[in-house]
Order: sequence, then structure tokens, then C-alpha cells
Amino acid sequence: MSKNPFPLDKQGLLAAYRTMRRIREFEERVHNEFAKGDIPGFVHLYAGEEASGTGIMMHLNDRDRIASTHRGHGHCIAKGVDVKEMMGEIYGKAMGSCRGKGGSMHIADLSKGMMGANGILGAGAPLACGAALAAKFRGDGGVGISFVGDGASNQGMFLESLNLAAVWNLPAIFVVENNGYAESTSRDYAVAVDSYVDRAAGFGLPGVTVDGTDFFAVYEAAGEIIKRAREGGGPALLECKMIRFFGHFEGDQQTYRGKGEVEQIRTSRDCIKLFVEKVLDAGIIKRPELDAIDKEALAEIEAAVVAAKAAPLPSAKDLMTDVYVTY
Amino acid sequence: MARKISIRQALNEALDQEMARDPTVFVMGEDIVGGMGGDGDKDAWGGVLGVTKGLYAKYGDRLLDTPLSESAYIGAAVGAAACGMRPVAELMFIDFMGVCFDEIFNQAAKFKYMFGGKAETPVVIRTMIGGGFRAAAQHSQVLTPLFTHIPGLKVVVPSNAYDAKGLLIQSIRDNDPVIFCEHKNLYGHESDVPQESYTIPFGEANVVREGKHVTIVTYGMMVHRALDAAALLAKDKVECEVIDLRTLSPIDWDTVLESVENTGRLVCVDEAHPRCSIASDVSAKVSQEAFKALKAGIQMVTAPHTPVPFSPALEDLYLPSAEKIASAARKTMAN
Repeated sequence: MSKNPFPLDKQGLLAAYRTMRRIREFEERVHNEFAKGDIPGFVHLYAGEEASGTGIMMHLNDRDRIASTHRGHGHCIAKGVDVKEMMGEIYGKAMGSCRGKGGSMHIADLSKGMMGANGILGAGAPLACGAALAAKFRGDGGVGISFVGDGASNQGMFLESLNLAAVWNLPAIFVVENNGYAESTSRDYAVAVDSYVDRAAGFGLPGVTVDGTDFFAVYEAAGEIIKRAREGGGPALLECKMIRFFGHFEGDQQTYRGKGEVEQIRTSRDCIKLFVEKVLDAGIIKRPELDAIDKEALAEIEAAVVAAKAAPLPSAKDLMTDVYVTY
Repeated sequence: MARKISIRQALNEALDQEMARDPTVFVMGEDIVGGMGGDGDKDAWGGVLGVTKGLYAKYGDRLLDTPLSESAYIGAAVGAAACGMRPVAELMFIDFMGVCFDEIFNQAAKFKYMFGGKAETPVVIRTMIGGGFRAAAQHSQVLTPLFTHIPGLKVVVPSNAYDAKGLLIQSIRDNDPVIFCEHKNLYGHESDVPQESYTIPFGEANVVREGKHVTIVTYGMMVHRALDAAALLAKDKVECEVIDLRTLSPIDWDTVLESVENTGRLVCVDEAHPRCSIASDVSAKVSQEAFKALKAGIQMVTAPHTPVPFSPALEDLYLPSAEKIASAARKTMAN
């Protein structure tokens, strides 16, 4: 056995691969099923961005809270939300994570520390501050992590949250998943600074930029930041530079992207391929071990789709329930 | 034991007693301590109108002065509530809701439903409402209809010190998000308030004056204007029943409908603007449910469809007065 050059042992590496693979399988499958017209509403896919959510979430437990984005499936899976229920939710079924009342953009499971995907860009940042504040009051060592894209990094809610977290020294972490596009608008057009590290510095908190297609870079940077926050060292910003395989939403023709851009990134910047090359080259993991995980993921997502399609729709009485705890 | 205290004192006492009872309760807002980070006194202000004065000495870091950053700290209150805390966030003036509205109506209000019943958000947002302070267009609004419109929010508007204490304690213990509206001209208003802790259930209106001729339905400061109007009308042997809704969401339709069944006449009074207001809401409900009982057309007395003006000469015209309410009641008596 070769010497392990990675920050994770073999089981950890396989766990990371399993999470990324499950996300990819989930998203590719939703892409295909959406095209058939079976999925109501609209969905935003995380394929291509798996290394970010996975590399961060591997440091977290159920007590740590995350506030996600509209592109939240990957965050949910990495945070341990039940995949069958997620798929059911996307199909609008009563067995869904939100009983069919939330849909793709609102999948949540507070028992897993998943405070919700969010249809309002930037709104998760104050919520994560609240989670961090609650953890600070309890002294339980928990952290609150908010995800935004490069688009929502311009929202007032996000920018105010950076200041609030710094002023209160909250165990809050702000992850900017910079995939280069806010819907169809390029990051370089809409964000005035070149580096999010500069933006963080302007609010008095440390920032780190990593290649978000490199699982190990994300894992190590997130690990340091999260450890520091747990120990009372305060908030930080982590920029993951990454890529989006699909459009802003499903059905997006992506004519705003350069010719051949998607093909090129799928070939050369696929975070899962890059991960696989590294672990195979190092001789830590053998191909059949990955193949077995691929098979597992395929079967799991297939089962989730079958279950979701077969599951009953919400009933009429569900329309009026759960508006309030008591009313 | 009851003693006469002001709404300001009643609110302070409610916060004090709930913070003592429940360690998950904390209070946050701009200047609710006052003087943080400066060289002078801490607890210099105790809130812009002194409601939280003295609590810092007792509870220390459980009172959090916030940066002037409503989106962030109201959102943080919502997030902390979703994580098992019971924050009471003060938003100085309801007029400032514009800058943090998303965290209230898209986040706090929707978590329970949107997440399939699995989330609870027991946050209280205390905020000042109302005119008469010569504070002009951006510090004088009522805006209660905006929040009443949103499913998932509860809206509470006390008109006296007894209700203020009991309703605030209920709001803190309640498991849904509550918008708790305090009229800025009522903080000094005194009534008998028990020392001990108590709650007033939501959705129970208070009949503050009984009468058989005309029902006046209102809330907040306008309860007092309606009582003034009722006193004027009593001189003409017109007996008004004045209903203080106390909570706008949930709302006590039964008490309103029962009263109109008895009187056959209704005046809806609202310090908010007339369109899509609490007054128009109550009017619509009564015409749907108690049309046959009505002996005259329903009257509404509200602020006009204008921003709140500054000049006292104009603001006095803007606000519903006892005379306007009395005149509306007389119209219903004409038939």
C-alpha cells in the first residue's frame, strides 16, 4: 500500500467520493426526468459543484446548521437529508421532505441541521448568523454556514451579515460558491472586486479563495475555518471557484456561455474526475471500489425516482395544514 | 397584586419575567442597551423609548445591541428561532420593515408550511407603530394590514398596559412568529397590571364598552379614540359597543359578529390607510356573515390614502378622531 498523501484516510476518501457521486447521480437523473416533463416547477442543479458542498459538509455534524441556496440539492445530500424524501419533494409528493409543500427550492431538514434551500438569494446569510448566534448562546461549539452564489454575494442581506458576524464574533462561515454566473450574467460583470478575499477584508473578516473543483483544497480550507470558528476565532469567508455543468435552471439554453465551454469544463474541470484521478494515481483506492460506489449510487437514485413517481400526491386537506403551530 | 403601571413598564416587566423564566429568551435590537462600545454609561438608553431599560444589568449578554443593520439582525433572530431559541427582536419603527421584510414574510412566516410542518420559528418582533408624534411619513405608519395579510405571521396590537404585558408574554411563549406592534403614543398609558406573570390568549377580542346601538371595531390607539367617541355619543343616548381586537391575526370574528347581530350597526376604525385595511377586512366579513342583521351601511373611519404628513395642522387632519368616529356612528343611526 502506498503512503497516503491525502488529509483523509481511505474510508474518508470513499465517503467523500460516495457523497459526490450520489449528488452527481441525483442531479443528472433530475436533469433527465425534468426533460420528460414529469417534474413540476423549476429546478437548479448542482452538478459540477459537488466538491464544494462535500468538502465542507464532511467537517460538520447534525448540530451544525447550514442555510443553502436555490441550488440546494447537493448541500442537502452532503448534509445527510434523505434522498428518497428529496426526490419525492421534487415530484411534489406527500412523502417528500416538505410533504410536497416546498419543492426543489425549499428542501429542509432541521433535524440534520439543514435550514433549507432558499428561493431568495442571500436570505440564508442572516439565518446562518442566527444559527451561529444560537450555538454561541448554548456554547455547544456548533457553527452556522451560509452558502451564496457569486450573484447573491452582492445582496445587502449577505453583506450586512458579514458585518454582523464580525461584530459579534459569531461562529459563522460564509461560503461563496462562485460558478461564474448569476443566472445568465457573468460574475466579472456584476461583482466589482476581483477577489472575495478583498471583500471579506472590507468587513473585517478573513477570507480564503480555493479552487472549488479540487475537493482536497476545499476540504482543507474549510477544515481550518470551521475549526477556528468552533474555537471562538470568529467568522470567515470561503470562496470556492467552481463550475456549473447545467444552466441556471433546467430548460436554460445557455446561449450566454462561450462555444464549447460546457464540453471543455466537463472534460477538464469535472471535480469528480479530478478526485478520481488523484486517488487512483496515489494508489490508495482501486477502481473496482469506486465502481461499486457508482453502482450503489445508481441504484439508490433509481429507487428514489421509482418511489417518488409511485408515491401519492398530497391530499386536499394538506392545503390548510401547518400554516401555524397553533391558530 | 395589581398596581397602575404604564405600557412601557408593563412591556419591561414581561420581558424581565420571561427572561428569568426561560434561558432561551434573549432580546436584540438597535440601542436596546444603548451606549455599547462608548466611554459613557452602558444601558444609557435602554431602547429608544426606554422599554428595555434596566434589563442589561440583570441579564447582561442576553441583551444584544445590534448594528444598524435590520436585514442581518432580524434574519439572525429568525435563524436563531429556527434553531431553538426564543429571540425578541426590536425593530425600532415598523416603517423600517421595508429593509428586512424578506426575512419576515419569505422566511419566518413560511418555514412551518414550506418545510412540511417540520420547522418552528418562535420569534417575536417588537415594533413601534402609529402617528401623532409629528414624526412624518417614514416614522408614523401603522402598516398592520401588510402583516395581517401574510399567512404564518401573527399580529398583536395592545391598547393598554394590562394587555401589553399579557400579550407580550403570550407572544414570547407562542411557537409562531409574532409581529408585536406598540403604539408610540401609548407607552405612558397606565392601567392596573398584576405583578405576577400571566398570558392573554390570541384571537380573543376585548369588549371595552358595551352598548346596544352601534358596534365600533378597532385596535391600538384607535380604541381610545373610539371610547372618546362613545362618550360623546352617550350624551345623545346613542350607546356604542367598542371592541378592541387586540390581535389582528388570529382575529376574533365571533365577538365581532355577535356584537353586530345585537346592534345591527357597524363602524370599523383603523389608523392604517383605507385600502385592504383591517377596517375593510372587518367590513367584508360582516357583510358576508351578518348581512341580514345590518340596519345600515357599514361605515369606515381610517387614515386617508396618503403618506403621513409632518405639519401638525395636517397630521391632525390625517388621523381618525373621536369626532369623525362619532359622525360615522351617527350616519349608521340615520336609518
